[in-house]
Amino acid sequence: MIDRLAKFVRDTQIWQSVFRHGYPDNDRNQSLIMFSSVLLHLHPVKIRRSALRFRYTMCLGGLSAFMFLLLTFTGIFLMFYYVPDTRQAFQNIKDITSNVFMGGLMRDLHKWSAEAMVFLVWMHMFRVFMTGSYKAPREFNWGIGVILLTLTLLLSWTGYLLPWDQLALWAITVGTKMAEATPFFGYAGPWGQQLGMRVDNDIRFLLIGGTVVGQSALLRFYVLHCVALPVLITLGMVVHFWRIRKDGFSGPL
Amino acid sequence: MSERNTTENIYPRNPKKSYALMELVKGQGFQTKKQPEDTVFVWPHLLYIELIAALVFLAGLLWVCTFKHAPLEDMASADTTPNPMKAPWYFLGLQELLVFFDPWLAGMVLPSLIVVGMIAIPYLDINPKGVGYWAWKERPFAIWTFQFGWVQWWVFIIIGVFFRGLDWAWYWPWDDWHQHKPSSGATLNDMNVILEGWGMSVSAANMSTYIMTIGYFAVFMVLPAILWRKFSRNLGFARYVTVWGLMALLWISPVKVFLRLGFNIKYFLVTPWFKV
Repeated sequence: MIDRLAKFVRDTQIWQSVFRHGYPDNDRNQSLIMFSSVLLHLHPVKIRRSALRFRYTMCLGGLSAFMFLLLTFTGIFLMFYYVPDTRQAFQNIKDITSNVFMGGLMRDLHKWSAEAMVFLVWMHMFRVFMTGSYKAPREFNWGIGVILLTLTLLLSWTGYLLPWDQLALWAITVGTKMAEATPFFGYAGPWGQQLGMRVDNDIRFLLIGGTVVGQSALLRFYVLHCVALPVLITLGMVVHFWRIRKDGFSGPL
Repeated sequence: MSERNTTENIYPRNPKKSYALMELVKGQGFQTKKQPEDTVFVWPHLLYIELIAALVFLAGLLWVCTFKHAPLEDMASADTTPNPMKAPWYFLGLQELLVFFDPWLAGMVLPSLIVVGMIAIPYLDINPKGVGYWAWKERPFAIWTFQFGWVQWWVFIIIGVFFRGLDWAWYWPWDDWHQHKPSSGATLNDMNVILEGWGMSVSAANMSTYIMTIGYFAVFMVLPAILWRKFSRNLGFARYVTVWGLMALLWISPVKVFLRLGFNIKYFLVTPWFKV
């Protein structure tokens, strides 16, 4: 009965239009599913058995990517309840933690997976270095990886301001203080003032939209955190994963 | 018996067939010392591992969320400045460097150089050995260099997170973290001032700091070529200069820490535009 029902469903035009092959329990379908699914297509069809060893990769890269997915999911949830306005933001966070259904869990999960992502990406880089996996022909992908690591740090750092509490304000104040010391482009940096940099036109002003961390900074960090940087890191990840496929996996024979 | 006859013995030619074994030859094939590729399908083998790893990690995170909540302090206020002001933990290493360097170096130039230097690694490392497994012995130079940077990065972070309290002073875990530490009383001096104290004229002292700084980099540029000739020749000029230039920068933090803690030196190079 169930078999007949399942067969009926599988024979419908709708099912056939979505799944272009049967269940992947044989060689042919296990190959087809990799070809026909755009997400699975980031993987190769076959992989060397040694590449599966946990001791080799420790799943660090895959878990970093998983953290990104989890952060996107929880982040979108948080965005429904958050307004990047200095008068509202802090109260929004308090509401999320105490009044929103599952809000506290979502915020905790967002926070700890962000910290975990920073750590996992660092460890992934460490592993790739120690196993020599950056060597030819994978030089370019290592470079992409370093950029992804930088973007991860920037994502985490821009998110740090959003709760608009004391921790956030002063951590970002310390960080943006560094920007005013940028050589050439910061008014407190070497050759800054010689090039006409002032407190209200240098790179720090561009970053926080003012001379102190305030409303403009909150809005800028919000847009960077929720739109600009995620788009960039997604592009970088697509190239990174694609290149792993194209350059071949580095595991031992 | 000749090879020809061996072949005939094993596989006698049959005039009715269009194919035959042509020859058996002694020699090595392409696959000697390599096993045939042992591959498996990604579905389900790899996908299962990814799924299980993700679920286990998610379970761990959820468990953490049950007892450790994301911090939230009082609402941001420009009127109350916390002491100490701390950046997020992953940037505390850089913030700790502010003790030893000016912000343009600790906050902007060194981090940028770390990123550029790391991207450059695969183009600088010409040792083809040690790909695809945990290899320490086959690439000692690469591993020691990387470890040197990696350990610095973490040591500075750990100091910033666990040992810096009020006024960014050094606090042990058992100290009273609400009590201000008395100032150490040590006066920090610039290198050129110290040299002037030894009787040098102002311009001679200034010139000496320039020469010492150039000398620092010169040591990194010259010494390896003398000590490791073959290694240096293999690197080639461009790689050699980049590798040892970056190496000089990799040593700059430990050297500055040593000068500061050992000799109370604030800057070892003072120019009208920047100080190091």
